[in-house]
Amino acid sequence: MIPTVPQSNALKWSYRAYVTLFFVYLALPLSVVCLLAFNNSVFPSLPWEGFTMAWFFGTEAPFVGVFHERSIIRAIGTSAFVAMWVSALSVAVGTCNAFLFVRHDFRGKGFLYILMLLPLIIPGVILGISILVFASSVANTLEDATGLWFDGLRPGLILVILGQFSFITTFATLVISARLQKFDPSLEEAALNLGASKWGAIRQITLPFLMPAIVGAGVVAVLMSFENFNTTLMLVGSDSPLTIEMFDKLKQGSTPVLNAVSLLLIIVSALLGLMSLMFQKSKE
Amino acid sequence: MRNGTPPKPVVFRRVNSMVSDKSKLGFYLLLSPLILWLVTLIILPHIGLFAVSMSEKVGVREYETGFGNYAVFFNEPLYWRTFARTAFMSILTTALTLVLGFPIAYYIAKLTRGRTKTTLFLMCLIPFWVSELVRTYGWMILLRETGVLSNFLLYIGAIDSPIEFLYNDAAILVGLVYTSILFMIVPLVTTLDSLDDSLIEAGYDLGGTGTSILREIVIPHAMPGIVSGCIVVFMLSLGNYLTPILLGGKDSLWFTGLIYTQFITRFNWELGSAFGFLLLGLSSAVVFIGLKLSRQSLSNTMGR
Repeated sequence: MIPTVPQSNALKWSYRAYVTLFFVYLALPLSVVCLLAFNNSVFPSLPWEGFTMAWFFGTEAPFVGVFHERSIIRAIGTSAFVAMWVSALSVAVGTCNAFLFVRHDFRGKGFLYILMLLPLIIPGVILGISILVFASSVANTLEDATGLWFDGLRPGLILVILGQFSFITTFATLVISARLQKFDPSLEEAALNLGASKWGAIRQITLPFLMPAIVGAGVVAVLMSFENFNTTLMLVGSDSPLTIEMFDKLKQGSTPVLNAVSLLLIIVSALLGLMSLMFQKSKE
Repeated sequence: MRNGTPPKPVVFRRVNSMVSDKSKLGFYLLLSPLILWLVTLIILPHIGLFAVSMSEKVGVREYETGFGNYAVFFNEPLYWRTFARTAFMSILTTALTLVLGFPIAYYIAKLTRGRTKTTLFLMCLIPFWVSELVRTYGWMILLRETGVLSNFLLYIGAIDSPIEFLYNDAAILVGLVYTSILFMIVPLVTTLDSLDDSLIEAGYDLGGTGTSILREIVIPHAMPGIVSGCIVVFMLSLGNYLTPILLGGKDSLWFTGLIYTQFITRFNWELGSAFGFLLLGLSSAVVFIGLKLSRQSLSNTMGR
């Protein structure tokens, strides 16, 4: 079925109806979450009791809004802290990896490339528990040997950062490599001929060319870190990032505050997503 | 460069060989973060996980090496039935996403152009930039007893008392399909985009019908996309925790839930590690078989 081949009207319209239905299915849960963030009721459910902004700005007992709910604000801060570190680390390592895989030929390259892709096919929960088990056994060994405490290797933010970094780096590597492959090496050679040092040529010619991919990968890393759940769940200590905090609240029973947080998350993620797309567009 | 050996045709050879000593150092500097990352965060942790799964607790701080934890898994019906159930539900999810997603991908790739195409594609993408927790929360609000759907049906008079739509297998499937369908649609759109319309026209000219063209031209061409979509969706469903736990409730019996219980609630890391390794084994086996069947490599499928 393509536009140039005529089809019966019934078929065409039922196909269109299916596509429409599908997009309704896609939009339904998110729209409901957003709408009920403005419902003047203590339950995130119908009937509609009237419009309110209390779930964002409210300060009085049942209607405590997002901006005054201390646990949520703290969780957002924790998430931002984690996301910043994950993004910086994974982009740095991803850039090195891109140069390594695109610019160098060495024995075992193919094997290392496969290893580099592996985090994509390891379920997040497994990644989490394996890092948890390993970090704990290292901590035990070190503590037995030295008598000191190694809290950084116990569940907590450092492990959360390492756990997310362990698979987000693969995405950063792929995005940055794709851009580096399109780079014309004669530009760099020209700089070298004109007397630039190797590092100078990379800094002034190659890195600016890579910048859209580096920024794009950084944005994607922030997005993935912010919404990661599976790996984080296994490594989290006493400071919960936002998704874990929301999960705990959800298990206790929900109020429209969760809708309000979700609405903010939807807006921020859509913006970040569009941003990363724009950076990828400027590649071409 | 050594004398006498003809230079191999490597594209970046000249740039590298100009400062060969320095670039040797540069090479190791580039290699070290990769090795550090893969060894300390991927390889050693998984070896460690396997080692823990092979140690049986025989007393306080006393362990023996053996398959005891795996034996527990096979001897306790709850455990292996949950494993089989998780695998079966994931296969069902994969099949459903393929059947539901294929027409959408085809529509986006072949029946729309220019701005409409971009818009539809973006509309598919946006829900997946949003946290899985928010998406699942949306389904909870819709499906629970006091939820939107139940209230709506009461309002229009289709039912007399509220109905609980949550906490059953259908709810889990709806959530899983929702969560993973993008990963089916994107590779399908990419492969279908590369199918030349004239091939389909030729099929019609030669007397093909809609179904025979689908079977003999479109599907074979889309096979790489179908395989990579299926692999990713199966993996994501198998390793999912949020959707089955929140939409399926306490009796969702999802294998990642068992792993969580052993690790965090029961603090039985030995058994939990064995469970983890079994899940990893199944997931890797499916990826491996999928790639072998479609004669593709991991680099092509995952590396995009």
